[in-house]
Amino acid sequence: MRVMVMVRATEASERGDPPSAALLAAMGRFNEELAKAGILLAADGLRPSSAGARVRFSGKARTVVDGPFAEAKELVAGFWLWQVRSLDEAIEWVRRCPNPFEQGESEIEIRPLFEAEDFAPDADAGGART
Amino acid sequence: MPTDSIHRAVDAIWRIESPKLIASLTRMVRDIGLAEELAQDALVAALENWPDAGMPDNPAAWLMATAKRRAIDQMRRQQLQQRKHEQLGHDLVAEQEEGHADIADALDDDIGDDLLRLVFTSCHPVLSREARVALTLRVLGGLATDEIARAFLVPEATIAQRIVRAKKTLAAADVPFEVPRGPELAERLAAVLEVIYLVFNEGYSATAGDDWMRPALCEDALRLGRVLQGLMPEQAEVHGLVALMEIQASRSRARIGPNGEPILLLEQNRTLWDRLAIQRGLAALARADKLGGALGPYALQAAIAACHARARVADETDWARIASLYAVLAGVTPSPVVELNRAVAVAMASGPAEGLAIVDALAGESLLQNYHLLPSVRGDFLAKLGRHAEARGEFERAASLTRNERERAMLLSRAAACAADA
Repeated sequence: MRVMVMVRATEASERGDPPSAALLAAMGRFNEELAKAGILLAADGLRPSSAGARVRFSGKARTVVDGPFAEAKELVAGFWLWQVRSLDEAIEWVRRCPNPFEQGESEIEIRPLFEAEDFAPDADAGGART
Repeated sequence: MPTDSIHRAVDAIWRIESPKLIASLTRMVRDIGLAEELAQDALVAALENWPDAGMPDNPAAWLMATAKRRAIDQMRRQQLQQRKHEQLGHDLVAEQEEGHADIADALDDDIGDDLLRLVFTSCHPVLSREARVALTLRVLGGLATDEIARAFLVPEATIAQRIVRAKKTLAAADVPFEVPRGPELAERLAAVLEVIYLVFNEGYSATAGDDWMRPALCEDALRLGRVLQGLMPEQAEVHGLVALMEIQASRSRARIGPNGEPILLLEQNRTLWDRLAIQRGLAALARADKLGGALGPYALQAAIAACHARARVADETDWARIASLYAVLAGVTPSPVVELNRAVAVAMASGPAEGLAIVDALAGESLLQNYHLLPSVRGDFLAKLGRHAEARGEFERAASLTRNERERAMLLSRAAACAADA
């Protein structure tokens, strides 16, 4: 299964504060572990929401709203795409991740992707592991 | 943390850590079977310990330290036993200290080297292909016996026995725990890549039963392939194999229809292809090329798969390039199956009559006698040439040869269509 692992934004990330050299090194080591384990599919960091925009839909109308957006905790600051065997495995890997904001509070969210077998009519037949 | 979540966490940690544990322990005790037992003992210790004491900060290190302590105890017991038997008059204390120095060295050695040794040992040619696959999935994939059995549609006892025998065979043959060097390396690496690709194919296209795909095995194979990329970054064919698997796996979602029926490559909805997987595949292929491995059998097959991946619609496929890549592949690894694939490419590039000529030259091939794709491809060419009655016979023959029920249904429906057109 694949999971998207999202690092939630903080006030610091929304300010665009650069990570410390120590954190960069620790994250580098963590990413290396993910790659060595064969689970890392993709990874990237996102610029603060001030660099982004939203398009709001209301019936047929579309309104463009420029960033920044309030509620840093509900924004995403970066993500990975992993291929793991279970949600538990993803949780274990996230436990090993350095705190993305060092001493501060932060949260990482894990969300499984829909897979081909989710669309197959006989997903449970034939011993496909979940 | 509640006991249930500890158990789930331990299970996940086992999957991540067991290959490394078994690899390190095998180097210490020189026996995969014993190493696996020791690793599992450490796992049991964790399950006993952690619910009360709480999870350690670094559970991986805890498991490794516990397992190694047990391995050292085991080695000491063996040494003592041996000494008792041999009645040696040496200074025991001095020797034990020497022993400790060896063990300390062993602990410091790079874990990657041990993993690589484990890869080559579990894919050792002294084992049957089936045994290599089962043992590799068990010790390197971290899969339980029942999971391997389910994936391969065989009874659990069969897989359990296969693994037990494999370990005994390795011990009896005194297979050294090492990475082969020199001219032996290429041959042995080919055996490793073969095992990984067998696992992938088992998942990609089931050879028995009625389910078309068991995607988890594809993921296991890809994961092993990527691990090997990290362990042997200088080996072009490792990248070639990963490229091939990534590009093939990119089509997973497009190759099954709403009723579970297979959808052939050219009829697939290409917007369902996984572009990220294709990108990883093309990147791996570029690495293989850069290392001078463009003519490796896996790199060539990946290059062919890449031709399809690069075509946004089926009509844009560069069939002439595919046909020439198959011609090169036929030179590197001559096989009637490659020739059959070349026939398909040539037919697409230059017309079904040209393809039919190649297929007809394969008629006497004993290797293809019971291979359903030969009559299936021949039927396709004949149908395109308007020879419907002959085509129908070929599709029916193909249907009688395939072991995949969904494929059989598809072939029979093509036969019926030919009957209607005849």
